[in-house]
Amino acid sequence: MVTPTRKKDRIDKLAGTSSDAGVSLAASAWRTLRRSPVFLTGAVIIGLFVLVSLLSPWLAPHDPSDPMLIDQVIKARNQIPPVQDGHPLGGDLQGRDFLSRLLIGSQQTLIVGVLATLIGLAGGLTLGTLAGAFGGWVDSVVMRLVDVMLSLPSLLLAFSISAMFARPNQYTVIIAVAVVQIPVFARLLRGSMLAQRHSDHVLAATALGVKPGAIVFRHMLPNSLGPVIVQSTLVLATAIIDAAALSFLGLGNPDDRIPEWGQMLGDVQNVFDTHPQLAFWPAGCIIVVALGFTLMGETLREALDPKSRR
Amino acid sequence: MPLLEVRDLTVVFERKGEQPFTAVDHVSFDVEPGQTVGLVGESGCGKSVTSLAIMGLLPKRGARISGSVQYEGVNLLSLSDREMRDRRGRDLGMVFQDPLSSLNPVIPIGLQVTEVLERHRDMPRKKAMVEAAELLDKVGIPDPNRRLTEYPHQLSGGMRQRALIAIALACRPRLLIADEPTTALDVTIQAQILALLKELVRDMGTALVMITHDLGVVAGLCDEVNVLYAGRVVEKAQRHELFAAPRHPYTHGLLSSIPRLDAPRGERLNPIRGSVSDNIPWTEGCAFAPRCPNKLDVCVRVTPEQEDIGGGRLLRCHNPVKPPVAEEVSV
Repeated sequence: MVTPTRKKDRIDKLAGTSSDAGVSLAASAWRTLRRSPVFLTGAVIIGLFVLVSLLSPWLAPHDPSDPMLIDQVIKARNQIPPVQDGHPLGGDLQGRDFLSRLLIGSQQTLIVGVLATLIGLAGGLTLGTLAGAFGGWVDSVVMRLVDVMLSLPSLLLAFSISAMFARPNQYTVIIAVAVVQIPVFARLLRGSMLAQRHSDHVLAATALGVKPGAIVFRHMLPNSLGPVIVQSTLVLATAIIDAAALSFLGLGNPDDRIPEWGQMLGDVQNVFDTHPQLAFWPAGCIIVVALGFTLMGETLREALDPKSRR
Repeated sequence: MPLLEVRDLTVVFERKGEQPFTAVDHVSFDVEPGQTVGLVGESGCGKSVTSLAIMGLLPKRGARISGSVQYEGVNLLSLSDREMRDRRGRDLGMVFQDPLSSLNPVIPIGLQVTEVLERHRDMPRKKAMVEAAELLDKVGIPDPNRRLTEYPHQLSGGMRQRALIAIALACRPRLLIADEPTTALDVTIQAQILALLKELVRDMGTALVMITHDLGVVAGLCDEVNVLYAGRVVEKAQRHELFAAPRHPYTHGLLSSIPRLDAPRGERLNPIRGSVSDNIPWTEGCAFAPRCPNKLDVCVRVTPEQEDIGGGRLLRCHNPVKPPVAEEVSV
């Protein structure tokens, strides 16, 4: 039986000196991921991308909004400034340094992608938790709402939402892209919440008299988050592409002093056949970053999937 | 006064466009304080539904429950959700069949033990942690402080079931319902868990309702046994009497299908013929009749009533197995 001294030891240990902590699902997933080349590729891409966008004000050789090469544009009758000393990627249609615009543009992409995903995640979590926790008519109402949103192609929905705003800016883009992601998250979470509702450990918790609030937030929600976390890395990729598409179509920020990859792509539509490099760089950046998030998301999904764990 | 008094408990599952299904049919039994009562029967006979009905864990929709479940004189079936929630875990504990899936996989064991202490005994987290370590120690988990920080998948099957028992007994309920607690475990661990349960209920004076399909479990643990078939109690007896002289052909069949060490060499096991799917409804006779070796014509026409055959034994059969002569003399 328990002696007083052992009890004292226990309290000491509980105070935080216990060395052998358990290995959580996250920790074991990380062990798998660390050795996956696909995940590492994605992580390196995303790491570089985040680093570049954070450091871009210092990395960019020139002011991205300064039409410093405008003489060349005017002189050569709408000629686009070619690659030259100090401008490794040349200039754009308005004589601004292309490399600087590309580097600074990563900031917008990062902000839009992350914020849109977070807002979409918050909305989706709220709706999905409501539907999954209450069931019944709440579930029906929420899910019909989600179905309506899902019935429209996501990009079309994002266009419509952007178009609703009288004066588009970078925040309307974020909102439009975020709203489009809500139904995906909501549906995903609701599905796994419902599965949790009938799981043995929720029944066991109920049999212990645990209150409904604690059942939902301690037992159902944490066990349902896996697919949602994976989805959010994948959604980061979609959000970046969607935001670029909106800007490309002129539904983004009209102020082109703040560069954005999708917008840069849209600007060069008319000169694409003569100057493909102007489209190549922003498009390439979008693709590589989206690929990076997708690679991370897919490997994360595998690592967190209990069925594929050893 | 019995601690738990189940009277005519009936559970009917109803589904739109389908025949209602009576899973539990007028089941009655008592549990005295500190007593261990077995509910025995094969899959689908209504054992688990009975336990879920007692705990108030059946879904509100689709299950119609009637009869009464008196716990210390209070009918649990008439309590509100909130009142029932306060009693679960505090007055009535339950241990489930599958120890892995019954633990929350993303929370360390410690928090799952303290959760119930915080809920019902208003303990602060730190104090509850100390208590949790003592509980794990009591159910025979070595190095409890380390185990408290571990996750369910890091524990062995037997260890998990011990943890679940610790959680169920954390608030010292007067009644523990164990629904096939050893089915998912291998034989040696089974024996350990049963010994543990036996010791705990004796030390703590907890009454135990043991739900099992395994007569070996009954033999080692239960004071009184209710044999269920197709939702009804077909035989009820004290443990020794049941094993010495089973009267219902179903009980007899269950006992004779157990391999025995003292059986003559080369003797074959004697299983019960057919399966539950051969049953006829109780309303048209005896549900067991199609599988029964003692079947008479009357068995498929008249529903057998439950009769008191003396010595606290109840039997529901038109043509029971004759008791062995020697036993008859000794009784």
